[in-house]
Amino acid sequence: MKHTLRLRTLRQTAQRVQSKVRFQSIIISIPLAWSLLFVLVPSLLVLKISLSKCRLGLPPFTELLQHADLYLYNVAVYFGNYLAIASDPFYFSVVLSSFLMAAASTILCLIIGYAMAYGISRAPKRYHIVLILMIVLPFATSFLVRVYAWMSLLNTHGIVNTLLLKIGLISAPLRMLDNNYVVCLGMVYCYLPFMILPIYATLDKIDKSYIEASYDLGASKWQSFWRIILPISMPGVLAGCSLVFVPALGEFVIPELLGGARTMTIGQTIWCEFFNNRDWPLACAIAVLMMFSFVFYIILSRILPNFTKTGT
Amino acid sequence: MPIPSMKRNIEPWQDPNAEPYIQIESISKKYAFIEAVRNVSLSIYKGELFSLLGGSGCGKSSLLRVLAGFEAPTSGRVIIDGVDITKLPPYERPVNMMFQSYALFPHMTVYQNIAYGLKQESLPKSVIHERVMESLDLVQLSSHANRKPNELSGGQKQRVALARSLVKRPKLLLLDEPLTALDKRLREQTQFELVNIQERVGITFILVTHDQEEAMTMSTRMAIMEEGRIRQVGAPHNVYEFPNSRFVAEFIGSVNIFDGVVVEDEFDHVLIESPEANCLIYATHVGATPVGSNVSVAIRPEKVMMSQTPPAGNRNCTKGIVRDIAYLGDISIYYVELPSGVRVQSSLPNLLRLSERNVTWDDEVYLFWRAENGILLTA
Repeated sequence: MKHTLRLRTLRQTAQRVQSKVRFQSIIISIPLAWSLLFVLVPSLLVLKISLSKCRLGLPPFTELLQHADLYLYNVAVYFGNYLAIASDPFYFSVVLSSFLMAAASTILCLIIGYAMAYGISRAPKRYHIVLILMIVLPFATSFLVRVYAWMSLLNTHGIVNTLLLKIGLISAPLRMLDNNYVVCLGMVYCYLPFMILPIYATLDKIDKSYIEASYDLGASKWQSFWRIILPISMPGVLAGCSLVFVPALGEFVIPELLGGARTMTIGQTIWCEFFNNRDWPLACAIAVLMMFSFVFYIILSRILPNFTKTGT
Repeated sequence: MPIPSMKRNIEPWQDPNAEPYIQIESISKKYAFIEAVRNVSLSIYKGELFSLLGGSGCGKSSLLRVLAGFEAPTSGRVIIDGVDITKLPPYERPVNMMFQSYALFPHMTVYQNIAYGLKQESLPKSVIHERVMESLDLVQLSSHANRKPNELSGGQKQRVALARSLVKRPKLLLLDEPLTALDKRLREQTQFELVNIQERVGITFILVTHDQEEAMTMSTRMAIMEEGRIRQVGAPHNVYEFPNSRFVAEFIGSVNIFDGVVVEDEFDHVLIESPEANCLIYATHVGATPVGSNVSVAIRPEKVMMSQTPPAGNRNCTKGIVRDIAYLGDISIYYVELPSGVRVQSSLPNLLRLSERNVTWDDEVYLFWRAENGILLTA
């Protein structure tokens, strides 16, 4: 009796484990299917177009597989777009300026965001949610609206200029739009929460006794910050930097609206090739290169911490 | 209950000429709504292992944090080795602390954790290395120098925390519940290890604990705290044998307490009539107990003797019925109900096997104790 009972419970456990595995695979298959359908397939399409030639007509690129005979197809792979990018210094300068812009925005975001996250984490616990809401709430309005708001603020007829003229600080309106600085300002403004939130999350979790132990062992507040708080919050800093840097590198709207014709970023170049020059293959080639550099960056950021861990 | 250890032959607090090393002078700490520490004064001597013992919320941890410098006292002073440190920030005090959570820096190796405090003193690298290895040796963890804290067991973490707090050779080491996070067996082992290390390095320890067994085994002296006040200070055996109040008597160990009225107050003894005990209690004299005053007498269970035949003399002797027997292996505790309804505990070593014993439930037994074992309590 006892024996059969145990057998039955064993079988039940086995069934439960099986159904759990099945349930898990269902759960996992949903995001997997989503990624396949909406990330991988479009990416492959972009890759495919980047390997074709530009032509007039619809679609504005040559087919990869060209029908030759009844069952015969020619595969026409064209690397000209990549060669064009590599040989034209214009693209290199675009990549460099985009990179510098994204890097500058990320560093500024990091400095401001870390200070704000630190401030929030040190505030009395009951104010945390309020302070976080104050940072997140403006983002309930549309991204575009907020960028337009900056335009109307900084316009030659904008609020800031009008105010300065009224006070008499300036005699002629300042030209504040259409330069790299204002693009950087816009990026910092838009991406700041993505820096603050992950840093706050790690800072908030730091056990207060680490800081007390550091004081106790003779480290001043400043030393304790550099040697204890900052290193422990590094995962948040890295996450925040990735969340800001990656979209800032590909950003199109902010440089287009605030930077005008003076700036040329990767995003704007793709737009330009796509819609102004109708050179889809070249636009796709740029996009593919950008995508690969991101993938490379992500792999690198996964490998590097492990590497340093085994190194010490 | 372990026997209070008498591991030091010197007792500086008995010596009227001894200079206290650490003086805590009427420290109070008020928070917005509560007064955590109330006018605490203590003199602690060099090389002592002093325990602050009390239940949760008795203010022992607040006092420790005041000593470490994490909290400023509302009033009072702390003097260590003749220097007033009350106003110093924690990083300028000759005091180190071992945290209850150990607070080992997770991003540093064991070696780096221990070296951290020395690096702040900007010592040459060779000296740092020497002292780190020395303190790793002390806690027998030299082979684990390059591990990260998350690769250590609980006991190893505890030893790293101890090494880290000792490496700076502080004048005073504070230990906040140092053994609470360990399991029972390891805790008992570590108690002695900690005492050995303390004796070897000669640093004065102040230990906060809620575990009376821990305090009694390890400390030279202990202070019993309640509601921010110190109720009694003394060597463990003194506190146990001569509690100065009902609170302390009940807090440390188990105790039988009889309330009564003084009927005779002579220079060498006091006679108390206690309806609860159903007998006249004969006790040795402490302080002023005029005839007619209400007092209590506390008797430890192991000092209450039990027999089935009436003992000689009729003082300190009463009769009752065995209601419960708690068998604990090494000892048994007999719960004897007196005619007044009061239950008296008597603990006896199990010299005979359970089946061989003749006292059992519902037996009538005589309980008696020696006069000097009754503690007269006026508070």
